[in-house]
Amino acid sequence: MSAVAHELRHPSVRDVFGRSDYAIISQIVEPNTRVLDVGCGEGELLHWLALHKGVDARGVEIVGAKVQRAIARGVSVYQGDIDQGLADYPDDAFDYVILSQTLQEVRKPLKVMKEMMRVGRRAIVAFPNFGHWSVRLTHLWSGRAPRTKLFPHDWYDSPNIHFLTVHDFESLAAKMKWPVERAIYLSGDSEVKLFPNLMAEVGVFLIRK
Amino acid sequence: MIVETQVACFDSLPLDCGVALSPVEIAYETYGQLNSSRSNAILILHAFSGDAHAAGISHEGGKPGWWDNAIGPGKAFDTSQYFVICTNVLGGCKGTTGPASIDPSTGRPYGMKFPVISISDMVRLQKKLVNHLGIERLLAVAGGSMGGMQVLEWAVAYPEAVACAIPIATTSRHSAQQIAFNEVGRQAIMADPDWCDGDYYNKKPPARGLSVARMVGHITYMSDDSMREKFGRRFRTQEPLPDFSSVFEVESYLRYRGSQFVDRFDANSYLYITKAMDLFDVTNGHASLAAALERTQSRFLVISFTSDWLYPTYQSLEIVSALRGRNRDVAFCELQSNYGHDAFLVDVAEQSELIRGFLASTYREKVARAS
Repeated sequence: MSAVAHELRHPSVRDVFGRSDYAIISQIVEPNTRVLDVGCGEGELLHWLALHKGVDARGVEIVGAKVQRAIARGVSVYQGDIDQGLADYPDDAFDYVILSQTLQEVRKPLKVMKEMMRVGRRAIVAFPNFGHWSVRLTHLWSGRAPRTKLFPHDWYDSPNIHFLTVHDFESLAAKMKWPVERAIYLSGDSEVKLFPNLMAEVGVFLIRK
Repeated sequence: MIVETQVACFDSLPLDCGVALSPVEIAYETYGQLNSSRSNAILILHAFSGDAHAAGISHEGGKPGWWDNAIGPGKAFDTSQYFVICTNVLGGCKGTTGPASIDPSTGRPYGMKFPVISISDMVRLQKKLVNHLGIERLLAVAGGSMGGMQVLEWAVAYPEAVACAIPIATTSRHSAQQIAFNEVGRQAIMADPDWCDGDYYNKKPPARGLSVARMVGHITYMSDDSMREKFGRRFRTQEPLPDFSSVFEVESYLRYRGSQFVDRFDANSYLYITKAMDLFDVTNGHASLAAALERTQSRFLVISFTSDWLYPTYQSLEIVSALRGRNRDVAFCELQSNYGHDAFLVDVAEQSELIRGFLASTYREKVARAS
């Protein structure tokens, strides 16, 4: 069984979070490293990483109630805005900077990515793939802004303000000269090997500078 | 839980102003049990007018402690797990040496001959007590307002002795506005003819001045919202007369709190302690706030409150930003509350959740692992 397949079935991660991208991320992160989770929500992933991998875990989150729950879990989270929230950190402060399911929601994705690559030696980015066949089909047949399982919101109340595909992310990484160390594509709880830009619901990329 | 204030005495305490106080006494209370590895001690630091009686019911007066809603079994500072210490600050009037204490060189109260004290002097005395209790490293130092200033001073002055620091509703230094409110209080006391240049101990104390000073203080501890909710424009009397005998609820409340304060606080302590707060700047002796905080080795939990206009959130953020700039471990949350600066004392439900989780994880990661 491959490490990814094992991790996807590993009960302690996915079942706790109900999110297969978290399972992959928790597998990528090396033990005893410094980790910053940008848009960390209630700090579930960081808490797990601190307990099971001994990482020095920090988070940034804008929603006060989520920050409270994260701190109550014992995770050091800073209540602040992602678009400006990384400015205080010195260069290379972290081994990994995680941005999970958030890139498509930030106002200036490239600025956030550059900041992540400044404060971290590596970044782990997980995002919903707008190139998935269901998105393409829905858009083609309905002629409307696509609403799918991955993108369930009406256009006027969607938190997603930038739409990108697996190929879009690869092009950006190439343009910015951020080598992709690993790319894992997910559909539900399974890993996608073929035609990821068409078949993957979520892309998880490990990039370095 | 019935508790009794104890007093420890030390031969001498060197002060920032260059002189030494000899002897010096410090009043303190403790709650819970110190564990065998002495790794579960928490020092609580009180705000301007607080005292050593932070929790439980006092043996003498039968009154609950000033942070009894946060310290006790199952509370934010859980005394079934941790050993909690609270002291009265240097310069205070509740058992620790202060202006009302007897000057051994004259046999009379110090009054204004008491040396100028600083927040770091207060902390130096607390460190003596902590050593005296046989504790090398505190699991946490925590406090709000002036207590938060002491927390910062502890983390900078004794980095190896503080596993985690919890400064609440506080600042690294007073703004002009904060100094201004303190100065109004001091001038009210000094303008009272009964103050007699601080030499009033065998006479009538400057009750009117001290009471006005406290009234100003109380206004700054509340918020516009909390005052509207508590008093509105209601009158104390049923049928208000359009003259000076009519009294609003808020006026009556402030007068009551002012006169009550006179019975429990010394006017000269008011002068000395507010001066210590105004002079405090954790940056002193360092190139910048970040350079000062770079010395720290603690985890930090910084908390502010939305309606606190006396110690506004931006002051907490200055601390947090400096810590993040030096890649220190810091958690920060601005809690929603209408209670103004008083929130850390009265609106404790959410604050308790944060503190409980933060303490537990620090104990697990920093203390249990090391021992």
